[in-house]
Amino acid sequence: MTGIPLAAAGGLVVELIETINANRAHLSEIDGAIGDGDHGINMSKGFTQAGAALGDPPPPLPDALRVLSDTLFEGIGGSMGPLYGSLFSAMADTLDGAEILDGPLYGRMIRAGLDGVEEIGSAKPGDKTLLDSLAPAVDAFDAAQAEGRSFAESLDAMTLAAERGRDATRDMIAKVGRAARLGERSRGALDAGASSCCLILGTLACGVKKRLA
Amino acid sequence: MNRIINDPDLVVEDAVRGYLKAHRDLVRPTTNPRVIRHHLAPQQGKVGVVTGGGSGHEPAFLGYVGDGMIDAVAIGEIFSSPTAKSFHDAFVAADGGRGVACLYGNYAGDNMNVKLAVKKAASHDLTVKTVVANDDVPSAPKSERDKRRGVAGEILMWKVGGARAAEGADLDEVIASAQKAIDATRSIGIGLSPCIIPAVGKPNFSIENGMMEVGIGHHGEPGVEVAPVRPAKEMADLMLDHILPDLPFGRGDDLAVLVSGLGATPVMELYILYDRLSEVLEDRGMTVVHPFIGNYFTSLEMMGVTLTVMRLDGELARLVGAPARSVGLTRIPS
Repeated sequence: MTGIPLAAAGGLVVELIETINANRAHLSEIDGAIGDGDHGINMSKGFTQAGAALGDPPPPLPDALRVLSDTLFEGIGGSMGPLYGSLFSAMADTLDGAEILDGPLYGRMIRAGLDGVEEIGSAKPGDKTLLDSLAPAVDAFDAAQAEGRSFAESLDAMTLAAERGRDATRDMIAKVGRAARLGERSRGALDAGASSCCLILGTLACGVKKRLA
Repeated sequence: MNRIINDPDLVVEDAVRGYLKAHRDLVRPTTNPRVIRHHLAPQQGKVGVVTGGGSGHEPAFLGYVGDGMIDAVAIGEIFSSPTAKSFHDAFVAADGGRGVACLYGNYAGDNMNVKLAVKKAASHDLTVKTVVANDDVPSAPKSERDKRRGVAGEILMWKVGGARAAEGADLDEVIASAQKAIDATRSIGIGLSPCIIPAVGKPNFSIENGMMEVGIGHHGEPGVEVAPVRPAKEMADLMLDHILPDLPFGRGDDLAVLVSGLGATPVMELYILYDRLSEVLEDRGMTVVHPFIGNYFTSLEMMGVTLTVMRLDGELARLVGAPARSVGLTRIPS
């Protein structure tokens, strides 16, 4: 099978919510090193609200992503509300009118998400933000597709690149956001946004692969 | 940590409810539980003045909703920007048909949420213009002033913008005066102890006993120097050494000076600091026309202080001194 029906894929968003909630303490712990330690708390607050708004069973994937996006825009504020709200909103827009999520559409979806994040934020790759896991992940997925690898293999490449990108933030000096005020002292800690973004991409990849099988 | 709270995840909700009950003469709720408006807002024919920011800085931000000040405020989680929706709802609550001036601080989250909210307002034919405060000198070099944080200088910006709107100025005039206010303002903070976000439950940074962090931010962002605590006189001199050359301020200047505690420092100590500040400023030929001493912009229970100095021209002196009534700041001209 080369794609999954969008109508039956709303559960992907439920899995994202479960992942963020399961990692609430972990993400706050990471944030505590160079931020104020509330990344997991705020993310979990927003994602939990989205879970309540989704209903059971969840709607088709584009609608479910839009519910998640709207809830983050309206519910969590901070930096992560606009950034993840833009990510999921752009992803939902890409899926409008489609029926099957296949490799090429998935590639366009995450590329649009990346563009959405770059448009609202002011960071560039290397600034120690969620872009450092998102941008290489999108590039890796595209590269794998261009090489003719399968959807599932491309998802694996994406996940690996996201993890490498997250790990690379450990050696970066933060250039934007609150951690930027630490300068050199921000080196040595993972970025919390890159960590949550890596979790989100990994969960999406797992969920899609499970449904492809 | 002993605290007067119910649920650490609901401190903002609980506090806002109490605030609304306590200050019925000044404020009203809106349909958004994270937006509070002036009891008369929106006032037809008056430019609306809006601000917003994270909680934990009380009386900022909600405490400045009042007569001659802010018309509506967007309230965020502890130390976290309000949502774009809350900023937008605050614009709507404040708009009396002549547009809205959104006067806020330079933080990544606030910048993004305000940008989204302004975009949404524009699609509903509501004109919003913004001024972003960047008065915190130690947060970036002068050559990168656009990267500096907004701290207690925001209060003087709101005072000026609010007074200008109350005079009947149009949106561009309110924006110009608020911009002029923040351009003429410089601040610096000294932290003496860390603060604790209730839901996190432990400090995420430390200041050793006997040490002070010079240039600390309102969320505990690190400063430019960690040094042993010195007498108030020396702290005052150190703070002035950082901010006076930056504008620069000099002989013949009329000033507004705002000294704010960070939450846990006794007000008595603020007056001890001000005694020296005022002496040095007058020795250098400057005149403090408008002093403000108190807890104006706090950081939960952090010990420490911020100093804000604004250089006044005729217009700023008039607007800072204009009548105002709010929980955080009241001005009754003599």
